[in-house]
Amino acid sequence: MKRLDCLKAIYPQLEDCAVVTIMGAVAAELYSLGHRPNFFYLEHAMGLASSIGLGIALSQPDRKVVVLDGDGSVLMNLGGLTTLARSRPNNLVHVIFDNETLLSVGGGAPGGYKWFTTATSAGTDLAGIAKAAGFPRAQLVHELGDFEEAALDAIKGDQLTCIVAKVDAEMPKSFLMDVHMLENRFEFPRALQSKGGVS
Amino acid sequence: MPVSVANSQVVYDAMKGVGVTLVSALPETWLVHLIRIADADPEMTLVRLAKEEEGVGVSAGAHFAGARSAMLMQNHGFLQAINGIVGVSLLYKIPLLMLITDRGSFGEKDPWQTEGGKYTRPVLDALHIAHDDLTRPDEVAPKMAHAMTLAQSSLSPVALLLQRDLMWEEPK
Repeated sequence: MKRLDCLKAIYPQLEDCAVVTIMGAVAAELYSLGHRPNFFYLEHAMGLASSIGLGIALSQPDRKVVVLDGDGSVLMNLGGLTTLARSRPNNLVHVIFDNETLLSVGGGAPGGYKWFTTATSAGTDLAGIAKAAGFPRAQLVHELGDFEEAALDAIKGDQLTCIVAKVDAEMPKSFLMDVHMLENRFEFPRALQSKGGVS
Repeated sequence: MPVSVANSQVVYDAMKGVGVTLVSALPETWLVHLIRIADADPEMTLVRLAKEEEGVGVSAGAHFAGARSAMLMQNHGFLQAINGIVGVSLLYKIPLLMLITDRGSFGEKDPWQTEGGKYTRPVLDALHIAHDDLTRPDEVAPKMAHAMTLAQSSLSPVALLLQRDLMWEEPK
């Protein structure tokens, strides 16, 4: 399963959501589908994308928040899963793209070669951890159809959900993003706080 | 436990007075009443963290959503949160109000608290984070207001260091 295909599958449904992504491949590929002011790309502080999502979800309970995370980032803040689970915002969907490698910080290579793997390559089950942390719903998916169904269901639904998607350790076509971090930082809250909604 | 209930309330009221609606926290002795008061207040969202760095993200999210927030932690919690402070608050220019109980200064009886306190100010200074001490109850409200004003206008983290004289009442 390719990360880009997963993002394409949910892209139309992200229009009214607050979307927080991690750095690197996830940010670049979401951006490549068409930037929107309600997308925030966290280009550093690995592990904190879900914490930012939690702060938004608690402060705007009527807004759906979608966090697009990765295995490397989540493993840097495993305790964050327990904080999400106990806070249990029913408007947050935590998608974790699991490519079993620290791809975007140099752990991957063209052709999908993984030279710096994460523990998920050795059996660590992030969906199992999320479930055990107390997420009311946590699911591991391997096929695009299953991802699409689970993700769209979660975005439409009203339950804190974690979806772990096993994806290829493939580099994005380009890491280039023509939106400055600070431009993104200022447009994002403007979109979230505009009276007419995001779009 | 000789933690000042009255002054904890003063700090809490000042925090609410500057518009804070979300507090993320990890406990330590001096913070027990503050956290209990936050928990009992239906107008306040209390986020119980597993580690302090998460709170920097939570506060950034609250800011994006238009809410004012604060973090409650101890010196070691601040030291633990440094990467988040640099990689979120400073990098993205996001206001962050940190209330840090300043353990390890004169009068500290717990040997294990004596190290972290030594580095709190130098690290704040190294990061160019404006900070001030809260020592007397009458200075809490004005300093809290000044701290929040600077955080919002400079889009930066700021720190208020809660001092022993404010938070602790020696048993008579």
